[in-house]
Amino acid sequence: MLLIRCPYCEEERPELEFRHAGEAHIARPENIADISDEEFAQYFFYRDNPKGMAFERWRHMHGCGRFFNAVRHTVTDKFVMTYKAGEPKPVLEEPQEGQSAP
Amino acid sequence: MAEGQVTRELPLDGRFAGGASVSVRPAGAARRVSLRVPAESVAAVSNSLGVELPTRPGASAQAGARAVLWLGPDEWLVIEEGERYPMADLEGAGVLFAAVDVSHRNTAILVTGPAAADVLNAGCPRDLSLETFPVSACSRTVLGKIEIVLWRMADDAFRVECWRSFSDYAFDFLKDATRGQ
Ligand SMILES: [Zn+2]
Repeated sequence: MLLIRCPYCEEERPELEFRHAGEAHIARPENIADISDEEFAQYFFYRDNPKGMAFERWRHMHGCGRFFNAVRHTVTDKFVMTYKAGEPKPVLEEPQEGQSAP
Repeated sequence: MAEGQVTRELPLDGRFAGGASVSVRPAGAARRVSLRVPAESVAAVSNSLGVELPTRPGASAQAGARAVLWLGPDEWLVIEEGERYPMADLEGAGVLFAAVDVSHRNTAILVTGPAAADVLNAGCPRDLSLETFPVSACSRTVLGKIEIVLWRMADDAFRVECWRSFSDYAFDFLKDATRGQ
């Protein structure tokens, strides 16, 4: 079982307490009524689905209930770090997509 | 008009499971409040309740027959096993917060004895060693297929708060886990 650190509970918790909640750092366009269907589709439907480091939202559903963000390697399934919702997207030093996994 | 006494029945009344090293039994009736309190209201609400709301993750606080369990950064569960009414005590707080009476949404199971942690670990994936889940620690977590609030009341005594409609499942699960204990 994976252990995931919840930044609000400040400790590692078993994955059964968590739910995946999609890609992180997707900002809703502020002019949502003006954008084209294609632009809306890009915002609403299209996701990166990288092979490598992914920025994801998770929810500590059966714990504190909070949404937070996580960096996970989609090949190794390893959680690199987690951080509170609203905090800036971290800059990673680890090799990115297409390179060998850490 | 019909005369008579109305008696409360708890969903697990009369149930018992266990052996030499563990016992599983229902807790008595309690009043409960689900509390959401922003940081700036914590002091006033603590004052009204007569218990300091713990702000450290996973901490609980007690005063007399009343306990307050940290569930999230702005969320607590109040459990009152005495005669007082926490909802009434909260009325005069005079600050912004949300309180919902969930007295009958939950029921509780007491798991006690040297094998208590082992029995809970049959369905709860948390590390229940005293180093990581010490006495007075509390947390929302899972037991088998349901969500519970787990509270360690002593080295070998836990309180499992679960939703009333899931309480049969919770009790039967724990009963199965006591086999051989
Ligand atoms: Zn949490």
